[in-house]
Amino acid sequence: MVNVASTFGRSGTHDYILLRASALILATYAIFMVCFLVATPNLTFEAWTGLFGTLWMKVYTLLALTAVLVHGWIGIWQVLTDYVKNSFGRGVLQFIVSLALIVYWLTGLFVLWGV
Amino acid sequence: MKKLQFSIYRYNPDVDAKPRMQEYTLEVDEKQDMMVLDALIMLKEQDPSLAFRRSCREGVCGSDGLNMNGKNGLACITPVSSLKGKKVVVRPLPGLPVIRDLIVDMEQFYTQYERVKPYLINEDKTPPARERLQSPEERAKLDGLYECILCACCSTSCPSFWWNPDKFVGPAGLLHAYRFLADSRDTATEQRLDELDDAFSVFRCHGIMNCVSVCPKGLNPTKAIGHIKSMLLSRAV
Repeated sequence: MVNVASTFGRSGTHDYILLRASALILATYAIFMVCFLVATPNLTFEAWTGLFGTLWMKVYTLLALTAVLVHGWIGIWQVLTDYVKNSFGRGVLQFIVSLALIVYWLTGLFVLWGV
Repeated sequence: MKKLQFSIYRYNPDVDAKPRMQEYTLEVDEKQDMMVLDALIMLKEQDPSLAFRRSCREGVCGSDGLNMNGKNGLACITPVSSLKGKKVVVRPLPGLPVIRDLIVDMEQFYTQYERVKPYLINEDKTPPARERLQSPEERAKLDGLYECILCACCSTSCPSFWWNPDKFVGPAGLLHAYRFLADSRDTATEQRLDELDDAFSVFRCHGIMNCVSVCPKGLNPTKAIGHIKSMLLSRAV
């Protein structure tokens, strides 16, 4: 058993499930957005606010942003533990990336709040 | 007569400041083919300082795992004619520390192998008088697993093992781990899975299948790793 404290899930299996589940949410969200853009040739401000003004779209977008947070956190941790062998450097990079992911999530929350 | 060109990794830490590639030429009959190991043995007659491991010379012992023209394999069962290119480039197995020339230090590989407890654990207090029987179906589950000869071709072709040889068990070790997880006579399934349930030991495998591509015995460690992941997932959800 290899014990590490810096990853997201409680165990390797937990991380694996979170990674796959968040990927699934992001994939459906990306497909939905592409379909919306294709189906809306005249992309006006009203069209955007109409889409993001609905409750289900706010929930779906926040879910997708949470998936970005979880997926990015675990994914970057995996990449950094592969390629950055200096633990101080790895810690600093993980801190910066994790902070950025949390900022994205909070920004998304407040943007959606205002629509 | 034709001339076979070889470029071989040379490094003697007692003498050399850094590794180098040395060029060799071997003259053989026009229609003659040979295994890379035969060629190395002939080259060693030219240059006795060339060091490499070999033992059974027929793909059974796993001693002569090497990187030939960029792909890992056993030198004793790799025909020179099967290697594309103008010359044969021979290097030690990647990722492991080089002791000398083509000889690598396999300690990290064996440490990971040891971690998976590659032996039968049965805590039955009343063992049968003669032997533990298996049905033909139970025995068939071990096919494709027990044949591994620990040549390390798979683990040393795996980037996850290169980056984390101290934490990721590697394809060879995990193939053996599954060999005992799948064994109906083994009673330590939960303990074995507990030992593997972290972010590195199994889950650092991203399924790129280099191990399958290089295994000289035609085994499929990625499939075994998939089974271990399924076992870990099915007890977690």
